[in-house]
This record gives sequence, structure tokens and C-alpha cells, in this order.
Amino acid sequence: MDVLERIKEQVESNPVIVYMKGTPQMPQCGFSSRTAAALQQCGEEFAYVNVLMDPEIFQNLPQFANWPTFPQVYINGELIGGCDITLEMFEKGELQKMVKEAVATNKGT
Amino acid sequence: MSVQSTLEQKITEALHPMHLDVVNESHTHNVPAGSESHFKVTVVAQEFEGKMLVARHRILNELLANELAGAIHALSLHTMTPAEWEEKGGIVPTSPPCRGGSKARTS
Repeated sequence: MDVLERIKEQVESNPVIVYMKGTPQMPQCGFSSRTAAALQQCGEEFAYVNVLMDPEIFQNLPQFANWPTFPQVYINGELIGGCDITLEMFEKGELQKMVKEAVATNKGT
Repeated sequence: MSVQSTLEQKITEALHPMHLDVVNESHTHNVPAGSESHFKVTVVAQEFEGKMLVARHRILNELLANELAGAIHALSLHTMTPAEWEEKGGIVPTSPPCRGGSKARTS
């Protein structure tokens, strides 16, 4: 499968997914670490892709949603943003709401 | 021209910010002394009014596309309207410490 199709499939089949450097347990970048921690605190399961382990995704993700940096968070197939946006939304309580709604809707279908 | 001056100039010309703060945070990362690889940028501009955070970041990502494709490894963005800036009392979060995982470019 073409890499952009593979990414599309991932963001559409997971209500919440983060593309990060490292894993939530072993993050390898401060920005990825904070982003994953915020998602964990939302209290729902989420998917992740370690871009350091997948060179094809590492190279092509920036053009997928025209977003040049990592990490990238997608909810319901839509790019939410990177670390700064995810944290700002978490602080306002918006992220928690979005994550819970996305996961609940997905379970219902 | 230094990367820092380039960032300041491009953002100033494009957005006429009410407040602009470009901080070179490279010294807190695993890079040689004097590097210009990690920046934190705070922009307060009227232009952001009515725009979602993603849209605000896109404006800056596009404006700084050359720098992001080249010298810059990490760019932390804090984008506010003048009203939001005032509400926050002018406080910006601190950037995370480096974890040394990858020196590869972010884009």
C-alpha cells in the first residue's frame, strides 16, 4: 500500500492516534513525551506510531496533512495539531472532551 | 543573517505582531554550542482573531517553511490574539527538556 494511503487508513481507523518519536512509555523527544502524557491523562485508549521506527512514515507524514513537525495528533481522522496545540487544548479541557467523544462514538458504531 | 533574525524579520513583516518573542532554546538540547536549531516563538497578533490554533500554526509553518526544512529542528509556537494575551497576563509555558532520541530533522 502507498504510504499516504497507509497513513489515511491509520487515522481513519483509530479515533485517537498520535505520531510521535518513541513510544508513550519510552518517548524520545520532549515534545512527543508531553503530548503522549496529555493524551494518557484523558483516560481513554489511543493509538500511536513511533515514527523513528518507520522511516517511510517519518518522511511522508509531513506532506499528508501539510504539517512539517512531529508529534502530530489526529482525532476522528482530523489533524488536531502538534505538542503546543494539544497541550493548550488539554489545559482548557477541550482535548479531554474531544477524546472522550471520539472514543465513545467509535464504540457505538 | 542569523536564523533568529530571519524568524523575527519574517514574522514582523507578515503579521505586524503586537508582541513577538523569539527565544533560541538550542542550548538546552543535544547540539553544539552556538546552534540555532530549537526555538520558541510567541506571537501576539490581531491576524489570529477568529482563527483556530491549527490555522494560526499553519500561517507560521508556511511563513517559516524554508527554515523548518533546513536549520530548525524544533519550533514551539504560542499564538495569541491581543485579547488572549492580556487574559493570560503575558505568560508562556516552558518548553520540554530534550530526550536526545533523534537529531533528525522534524520535516
